Formats: sequence, C-alpha cells, structure tokens
Amino acid sequence: MVGSLILAALLVVVGCWSISVGDFPVPISDVLRTLVGRGTSSSEFIVGTLRLPRVLTGAMVGAAFGVSGAIFQSLAKNPLGSPDVIGFTFGSALGAVSVIVVVDGAGSLAISAGAVAGGLAAALVVFVCAWRRGVQAHRLVLVGIGVGYALAAITDYLLTRANISDAQRATVWLTGSLNGRSWDHVRPVGMGLVVLLPLALWLGRSLRVLELGDDTAAALGVRLGRTRLTIVIVGVLLAALATASAGPIAFVALMAPPIARRLVHAPGITIVPTALVGALLTVSADLMARRLLAPLELPVGVFTAVLGAPYLLWLLTREARTGDL
Amino acid sequence: MRSVRAIGLAIVAMVLVVVVIASLAIGTKSIPFGTVVRALTDFDGSTEHMVVRELRLPRTIVGLLVGSALGVAGALMQAVTRNPLADPGLLGVSAGASFAVVLAIFVLGIGSLSAYVWFALVGAAVTSVAVFALGSIGRGGANPVRLALAGAALSALLGSLTSSIILLDQQTLDQFRFWVVGSLAGRDMTILGQVTPFLVVGLVVATALSRPLNALALGEDAARALGTRVGLTRLLTVVAVTLLAGGATAACGPIAFIGLTVPHLARLVCGPDQRWLIPFSAMLGPVVLLSSDIVGRVIARPAEVQVGIMTAALGGPIFVLLVRRVRMASL
Repeated sequence: MVGSLILAALLVVVGCWSISVGDFPVPISDVLRTLVGRGTSSSEFIVGTLRLPRVLTGAMVGAAFGVSGAIFQSLAKNPLGSPDVIGFTFGSALGAVSVIVVVDGAGSLAISAGAVAGGLAAALVVFVCAWRRGVQAHRLVLVGIGVGYALAAITDYLLTRANISDAQRATVWLTGSLNGRSWDHVRPVGMGLVVLLPLALWLGRSLRVLELGDDTAAALGVRLGRTRLTIVIVGVLLAALATASAGPIAFVALMAPPIARRLVHAPGITIVPTALVGALLTVSADLMARRLLAPLELPVGVFTAVLGAPYLLWLLTREARTGDL
Repeated sequence: MRSVRAIGLAIVAMVLVVVVIASLAIGTKSIPFGTVVRALTDFDGSTEHMVVRELRLPRTIVGLLVGSALGVAGALMQAVTRNPLADPGLLGVSAGASFAVVLAIFVLGIGSLSAYVWFALVGAAVTSVAVFALGSIGRGGANPVRLALAGAALSALLGSLTSSIILLDQQTLDQFRFWVVGSLAGRDMTILGQVTPFLVVGLVVATALSRPLNALALGEDAARALGTRVGLTRLLTVVAVTLLAGGATAACGPIAFIGLTVPHLARLVCGPDQRWLIPFSAMLGPVVLLSSDIVGRVIARPAEVQVGIMTAALGGPIFVLLVRRVRMASL
C-alpha cells in the first residue's frame, strides 16, 4: 500500500517534469496552474495539446504492458513470460511491418490496425493450437514459442526484402514510439483501461490460486479452463491496446512485474504496483528519449531498457546480498 | 529403454548423413549428382566442381558444426537454468554479438564476414561473463531465476543500444539487417577455421558435463549429496554455452530457433537424461539447420532465403504439431 502510494507520487512528479521541459520550457508552477485550468493560452496549448496527452498515453501504455506481462508470467509460472508467450508481440510486429512494406505511405492508423489484427490472430492461433481438452500452461508456452518464431521469421524476411526507408520506418515502429501522441490516442487507451484494469484486479485472486498448481486450484474451486481463457483474453487485450497506441515497448511487460514484486515484497502477482512501475518506467523513458539527445528524438522503446535493465540488475544483486525473497 | 534410445540415435544419424549429402547435391545451380561426387573425389577445376568444393562443402561443414553447437548449447542452457524457455541467447550471447557487430560496422566501418567473427566472439564472451557474474553475486552462487532475469535484462539493454545505433544510422541498418537474420551463405574455409576450435572445445566440455547436470536436475541439495560440485558445474556450463553459441553466432549470425526447440524435440525421443540428450541434440541440430538451408536455397531461385528465416518459418509449425501430438517431456 505504502509502496503503491510512493510509486504514484513519483509518477506524478516525473509526469509534471516531463510536461515542463522541452524546446519551449514551461515552469513547473505554470504546469500545475494549467493542469487545474488556470493557464495562459500559450501554456494551455503546449501543456494541454502537445505534452499532456503524450505523457498520459505513455503512462497508460506502460501500465497496460506491465499488467499484461504480470498476467502472462503468472499464467506461465515463468519469470520470462510476457505477451510473447501467446505469440501476441510477434503477430503484431508482422501485422504492422506487412502494412508498412506492402501499403505505400501507410498512415499510423493503418499500421496500428495491422498490428492489432496480427496480434489477435496470432494469439487465437496459439490458443487454439494449444487446446486439447483444456489448456495446459506448459503446452501453451511451447506452442507460443513455435508460432512466435515462425511469425518473427516472416517479419525478418520482409525487412530484408523492403527498401531501406521502409525498413527504417518499421524499425522505429518495432522499437515503440510515443512521438506526436494526441488526445485521439489517449481516449481509446483510457476507456480500455477503465474496463480492463478492474477486471485484471479481480482476476488477480484466481491467478494467485493458479500459481499453487492446477490440482490445488481445482480443489479450491477454480474452474481451470474458463478462468484461463478469461485471463488470456484480458492479457491479450491489454497488450493489444498498448501496442496499438505506442508499438511494442515489449521490455516493459518483461521487467515491470519482477521490479514491482521486489519493491513491494510480494510473493505472487501484484496488479497495482506493476501497473504503476510500468507507467513510471515508460514515462521516465520517454522523458529521456525526448531530452537526452535533444533536438534529436529517439523512440521511447530504446530507453525503457536503458533505464529499467540496470535498475532490475541492481535489485537482483541487492536481493542476492541480503538473501531477500 | 536403452535399446530404444540407441536405435533412435542410429536413425537420427542416418537422417543426418542423408541431409549432408543433399546439402552437397542441391543448390541454386543444378549440378548432376555424378558431377558432385567427382568434384569431391576427382577435382578438375571446372565451374561446377568449384561450386561444390568452394561453396557447398564449406557451407555444409559450417552448417553441421553450427547446428550441433546450437542444439547442444540449448540443451545445456535449459538444464542449468531449469527453464524450458531458456535458449543460448539468454546468456546475452546473441545480444552481445549483435552489439559488437553493429559497433564494428558503425564505428570502424568494417564490412567483411570474417572480420565480424572476432567482434561477435568478443561481444558474446564479454556479455555472458557479465551475465554470469551478475547472476551469481551473493549467497548460494548462481541461482537459475536470477541468472535468467540478469540475462534477459542485459540482453534488453544491449538490444536497445543496438537499435539506437541502427536508428541513427541508415547505412549501418542496411548492412546489419542482413547479418542479423542468420545465414550460411558465403561462409568459407576462413570462417570455418576461425570458429572450429571454439566449437570443438565447447562440444567436449558439454559431453563431460552430462553427469553433473543430471545430478543437478534432482535439485541442488541432492546434487551436493551425490558429490557434484554445483558451482563448478554451473560455471563450466556457462563456459561451454559461450563457446558453442558464441562461435555459432560469430559464424552465421544469430539463429535463435534451434537452440530453443531442438532440445525439446530430442527430449521427445530420449527423455531428460543429459547423457542421451546431448548427442541427440548434437545430431538433430544440424538436421534441422541443413534441411532448412536446402529449402532456402531452392524456394526462391535464383535468390536465396537466409537459413535463420527458414529454420523458424519451417520449424515453427512442425514444432507446434509435435507439441500437440505428444505429451511433452518436462525438464
């Protein structure tokens, strides 16, 4: 509880900082004044139209990826789980890259649509292929690997066949970017999260029971097949929502859950801290992406790992020394 | 059970021989089988003989060695982390090699395959040492979960640095995108000579590790009680994986699929015993790699599809079918 509050406070601080800096700096006091609706017209434009929606998109995308990763790690009982487990990331990459390579001058809406369609199709294929009188976690993971690699291979093939400017555009998309996000991006993610996050919280209990093993869970009254299907659907929809808005910032899904667990000393899946860590990671990474090499701007996906990986490594070494968890 | 495994191993060996012959005989250019045989026994310097001797023969040997190396490295990695999702890349080998190659292209402007080899080897070695060190700090030495997380984190970090370079410099991206898919094309005797020592030493160490790894599969305490030196076993496993996967990546670029799936296929036939798993993986690896390469040579004539793409595109669906059909043997 305390951990979550600290994380939330940090998120607000970093968010405001990110809004205040840029080519046209806005002092923090003006940022706060604008956020409560008392800004000047110029600060209104810079904060309200340009920077706030970008920060909000980043926070929500990070939260969605984080929770999705936590769900799949818990489901697969594997610390390396992520939406990759069900082939989603590979499918969405193939969908987006096909649109970029095949359709001349495809817009960002078409690319997002391609990504979501590809991801959902891949997840469906994996789930159907893994179904044999119910879904066993181990089989789901292995089928996911097989399908995922086949899809990734086709994506790689397209990239070697594409002309170099398409290849570069695809590389930017594949890294994940928050460039030029507006309220049009905030609304769909926001509405999606309002539905999916409470659902994930509610499913958290079943997930914690499932972590005890199938037999125990069944004995405690969890309906294995139906529960797994619901969990997979929620996890995939969260990943789809996030991927459509910012591309596959895949690293957040992998790293936010273990960081969150270590921060709040939770033995199993924790939804709220994971969402906050994911959001914080993405928003801070975007701040770095915008300002570190300014005026040059790198995609946010480059920095989520630059920021998150050393932190996780530090947590791991500290944990090893103190023998915690 | 023992005789079933022995027969299985003999069958896989025969399939491997057939695949090797096919790899010498089939290619973008059609050459009659008699000519192929004569090129090897009675070389006359004609173009067709040159194609077989200078292109297909080294390519086949590289495929053979690299396939074995990747299969065995995968088996070792899954055993030491006790994680079915582990592949040799988890030690950061391919991320480290890729980053070193990108640096070579971007900073030094290097563009030849045999020069990439040294950079890739150094990158792979440095990264896996770092991952092992990070994974084994503190009490109890290397712990499987910590090793896996450290590897994933460091790989992601290097991957980010790699992508920031290729995003900033289009020319580097243009060269790198062909290396990173993984290919056997253009791998000649020079490259073979560069990586063979690493791969052979790696295979020898791997064979020696099968007993201690079997003991480790029972859990650390049981392994200690059986007289296994747990820390040393883990260290040597990481050394072997680095030599095998590092050498393979240096020769052909990152080919992820084989290290991950071949051990699972091998386990279907021989179960989790490392003494059988390692030879099975060593033979199934090149079967998968070379047969994918053969298909890649003929599927898009006169162009070729890189083997890194073909292994996954062909192997993925087959892997899924097998997983569905058979009850998977766990680790």
